[in-house]
Amino acid sequence: MNQLIISAATEGEESASPLTPNVWEMGVVLVGFAVLLFIVVKFVVPMFEKTFAERAEAIEGGIAKAEKAQAEASAALEEYKQQLTDARAEANRIREEARAEGAQILADLKAKAAAESARITEQAHAQIESERQAAVVALRSEVGTLATTLAGRIVGEALTDDERSARVVDRFLADLESQNAGAAK
Amino acid sequence: MIALALPAQDSGTFTPPGIDEMHLPAILPWGAHEGFSKQMLLVILSVVIIATFFILAARKQQLVPGKLQFAGEMAYGFVRNSIAKDIIGGRDFIKYVPLLFSLFFFILVNNIYGAIPYIQLPSFSHVGGAYVLAAIVYVTWIGIGLKKNGIKYFKLATVPSGVPWYILPIVVPIEIISNFLVRPVTHSLRLFATMLAGHLIVMLAGSGIEFLVMQENVLLKGASVLVLVGAVAMYMLEALIMALQAYVFTLLTAIYIEGALHADSH
Repeated sequence: MNQLIISAATEGEESASPLTPNVWEMGVVLVGFAVLLFIVVKFVVPMFEKTFAERAEAIEGGIAKAEKAQAEASAALEEYKQQLTDARAEANRIREEARAEGAQILADLKAKAAAESARITEQAHAQIESERQAAVVALRSEVGTLATTLAGRIVGEALTDDERSARVVDRFLADLESQNAGAAK
Repeated sequence: MIALALPAQDSGTFTPPGIDEMHLPAILPWGAHEGFSKQMLLVILSVVIIATFFILAARKQQLVPGKLQFAGEMAYGFVRNSIAKDIIGGRDFIKYVPLLFSLFFFILVNNIYGAIPYIQLPSFSHVGGAYVLAAIVYVTWIGIGLKKNGIKYFKLATVPSGVPWYILPIVVPIEIISNFLVRPVTHSLRLFATMLAGHLIVMLAGSGIEFLVMQENVLLKGASVLVLVGAVAMYMLEALIMALQAYVFTLLTAIYIEGALHADSH
């Protein structure tokens, strides 16, 4: 084997320079590379680029979808917050109204009670007055009768004459009243 | 590989493997000096590997990728974003992704062959393939520049703006030489030379170990361990360089294309 190489090398007389190319090898490399380039241009690069493009599209689509969902979620959140604020305001308003109403009712009741008490007082006054009048009247007649009876008993039968006795009683009472009035003054 | 590079065992002298050992006998017809070589087979195999892997990975087109699809997308996304998008930028970059992608993985797989036992032959340790790829890139970026700027492109590419007129006689020839003559040469030779050197080192270490082990002297036999350790370290470095060169080649291609696209603003 060794002998073979050496003999082969020496046979090819101008084989020395390594910079001298073998034309057939150049041809094989040229054709091989051309075939490879053709396959790469025709199949490999388009397939990879298509996959890359599809992937980029899928990712971008996913991002758009996520952004939409995000926007929807934040809109819903905004809405809920708005509703919550509204509900708080509503509750406050109702509370205020209730407080005002309560105060109103209280005031009404107070006024009513005052009126009632005034009315009752008034009535009581009137009653007392009328009762006093009645008592005065009753007393007047009773005192007359009693005095007459008493005087009659004391003086005897003389005073049984009604007309005269009435005159005496009246004069007596008038004196009494005028005395009273004078004392009061 | 190692077996083929055996030094002469009967004599006490060590004959290191040279450039001639880079040229294996052909596969078809078997053992012939010229013919269908191992490199050719590996190049064709690399096309099959890359195309199969990426078509399988890209085929399902699921939004949530499986393991294979994820690996494919990582690899594709690396060239697409870290090289094409970062260097070329703008909206134009997607047009050049197929070229950059094909270059990167074509070179990567063909380089990594050198790190796989039993294959152990980076395709670009022969200069022909590197010439072809550099030529494709050369034609591409000049074409882009001409299409974008018209014939004025040659002026834009060689006469830098903001340079005083009296320096131009020096600068313009330098620009012409560096951009249009040296650039494709360095572009191809950088790839080829690193692969050749890496392959040579692996061969050298292999034959060196074999030679030392065959020695009568025990100390010399033991010294083979040192060589083995060094060879493993070099192997690691080579694996790194294999990936790095694929990246560098593709990155430079992107830079050349970007330079041609935006020649008026440079």
